[in-house]
Amino acid sequence: MKYVLKRLLQAIPILWVIYTITFLMVVTVPGNPFQQADRQIPEGIQRALEARYEIDNNWRYYWQFLAGAVRLDFGPSFQYRDWTNSQIIADALPVSLTLGLSAMTLAIVFGVPAGVLSAVRRNSWLDMGTLVLVLIGVSLPTFVTGTVLLLAFAMSLSWLPVGGWGRLDQIVLPALTLSLPFMAYITRLTRLGMLDVLGSDYIRTAKAKGIGRQRVIWKHALKNAFLPVLSFLGPAFAQAMTGSFVVEKLFNVPGLGQHFVNSVLNLDRGLIMATVMVYSALLVGMNLLVDVLYSTVDPRVRLSE
Amino acid sequence: MTDAVGNITLYEEPALPARGSRAWQRFRRHRLAMGSALFLGLLLFTLLATLPWTSTRYDAQTLELNRHPPTLAHPAGFDTLGRDLLVRCLFGGVISFSVGLGAAGLSVTVGVLWGAIAALAGGRIDNAMMRLVDILYGLPYILLVILMKVAFEQPLTYLIGDRQIASIVILFIAIGSVSWLTMARVIRGQVLSLRETAFVEAARAAGAGSGTILVRHLLPNLVGPIVVYATLTVPQAILQESFLSFLGIGVAPPVPTWGSLAAEGVAAINTVTSFWWILFFPSLFLGVTLLALNFVGDGLRDAFDPRTAN
Repeated sequence: MKYVLKRLLQAIPILWVIYTITFLMVVTVPGNPFQQADRQIPEGIQRALEARYEIDNNWRYYWQFLAGAVRLDFGPSFQYRDWTNSQIIADALPVSLTLGLSAMTLAIVFGVPAGVLSAVRRNSWLDMGTLVLVLIGVSLPTFVTGTVLLLAFAMSLSWLPVGGWGRLDQIVLPALTLSLPFMAYITRLTRLGMLDVLGSDYIRTAKAKGIGRQRVIWKHALKNAFLPVLSFLGPAFAQAMTGSFVVEKLFNVPGLGQHFVNSVLNLDRGLIMATVMVYSALLVGMNLLVDVLYSTVDPRVRLSE
Repeated sequence: MTDAVGNITLYEEPALPARGSRAWQRFRRHRLAMGSALFLGLLLFTLLATLPWTSTRYDAQTLELNRHPPTLAHPAGFDTLGRDLLVRCLFGGVISFSVGLGAAGLSVTVGVLWGAIAALAGGRIDNAMMRLVDILYGLPYILLVILMKVAFEQPLTYLIGDRQIASIVILFIAIGSVSWLTMARVIRGQVLSLRETAFVEAARAAGAGSGTILVRHLLPNLVGPIVVYATLTVPQAILQESFLSFLGIGVAPPVPTWGSLAAEGVAAINTVTSFWWILFFPSLFLGVTLLALNFVGDGLRDAFDPRTAN
C-alpha cells in the first residue's frame, strides 16, 4: 500500500516532465488552427481569436493549461466549436479502452496457450503453425493484416461489418487486427519461458512425485514461464491503447487515436497536449499495476526498492 | 556482403579472436539466420544495383496504364497513377532501408554513449541519467514520433533546403531518438559488470583515462549486444515508418517507401474490383524483409549469447 502511494507520488513529476516536453514541441511548430492558407483572416480578428483561446502568450498558456489539467479541464477545443477537449476525450477514450482491452484479451487468450502448446510439442505441426502466426504478426504492419482480414471476413464472406463502432460484431475485426502483433509477442515469450522452465529441476521433481502431466504443465511450469509475459503486458496494454490509431483509421472507429492524429495535423495544441497527458497517465498507471501484480505472482519480488 | 554479415566479419579481426570467431561459427550453424542474411545481401545488392535506374524512373507515369495488372515485362503491374510498381518497390526499398539504418545508427550511438557514460560516471550522475530513461520509457513513443515529425520538419527543411530529404532525415531522427532507451539500459548493465573485471583495472593502473578505457577496452566487448539490438531496431524503424505513411505523415510523395506503397495498396482495395497487386507486392517486400531482419537478429542473439539458444 505504502509502495503504491509512493509510486503514485513519483508519477506526478514524471507527468509534469512529459507535459513540459510536449509543450515545448507544440510551441516549436509554427502556426495554429486560426492561421490557414486558404482562408485569410484579418490580423485584428486573428489576434482577438488567439487572445480568446489564450494562446497569445506561451508562458501564461503553459501555466494555465497545467492548472486546468490538474482539474481534468483541458480547455475549449480549437477545432470543434461548443466542445471542450475534456468532452472529446470523455467521448473517445472509452472507445479506445474497449478496443485495447478486447485486443489484449484476445492476445492473451490465444497467445499463452499457443505458446505453451508449441513449447510442449516442439517441432510438431502445431509449433510450426503458431510460428507462422507469430511471423505474420511480427512482420506485417497492422494496416496490411487488417485489410486482408477485411477482404476475407467482411467483403468475401460478409460475416462481419466493414467498419464502424457501437455493435458487438463491429469490435471483432479491429480487435483481432490490433491483437496480432501482441499475440505474436506473447506466444513467443510464453514459448521461450516454457522451454526454459520445462527443463528445470523442480519440474522433474513435480513429475517424479506423480503429478499429472497437464497439471505440471499448466500449473507448475506456466506460473513461472508467465513472468516475462507479465512484464511485457504493462507496456503492451498501454501500447494497444495508444498505438491503435492505425487500426482506428482503417476500421473507422471513433477512438482517441484518430483525435490525436487529427489534432497534430491541425496543430490543435490543446487537444494534442490533452491526449498526450491522458495516454501518459494511462501508461504510468499500467506499469504500476503490472509491478504490483508481479509481486503477487512472484513473491520473491519485493516492492520496496 | 550484407550489413549484418559485413559486421560479423569485423570480429574475425585479431582484436577479438576467440569469442568473435566462436560467435561467427554459431551464427553460421543457425540455418534460418544464415539464409536470411544471404537473402538480405542479395536484396540490398539488387536495390543498390538498380538504384541509378530506379531513382530516375520511380515517378514516370504512363496514364493509360493506370492500375494495369502484372504482365511479363512489368511483373508487379502499375499503381493508381500509372507508375511501374516494381520500379517503385525497388526504389522504395532503398528509402525504407535508409530510414531503418539511419534510425538504428542513431539509436545505437545515443544508447551506447548514454549507458556507458552513466555506468562509468556512477553515483548521482548515473542515478539521474537512468531516472530520465525511466521517465522516457513512460512516454507514449509513437505519439512522440508523430509530434517530432510535425514539429521539426519545417525547420529542418529550411536548414537542408530540400523537402524530400528533410522528410526522410526527420523520420529517422524521430524514430531513432525514441528507440535508444533499451540500448542504454543493456549497455549500462554490461559496462557495470565489465568495469569490475581485471583487464579494465589493469588498464586503469597503466594510466588509461575513462575515454580510452571506453573506446579501447569496453566497446570491443560490447559489440555483441550492440549488433543484436541494432539489427532488431532496423525492422522496428521500418515498421514505424509504414505506420506514419499510412497516417499520411511519412516521407513526402512522390518518393515511395515500402510503407507508403502498402498504404496506397490499402487505399486501392474496394468492393467492386480488387487491384490486389498494388497491395500485394509492397507488402511482400516489406514482410519478407522484416522477417529476414528479425531472423538475423535472433540468430545473432543466439550466437553472441549461447545461453538463450536451445
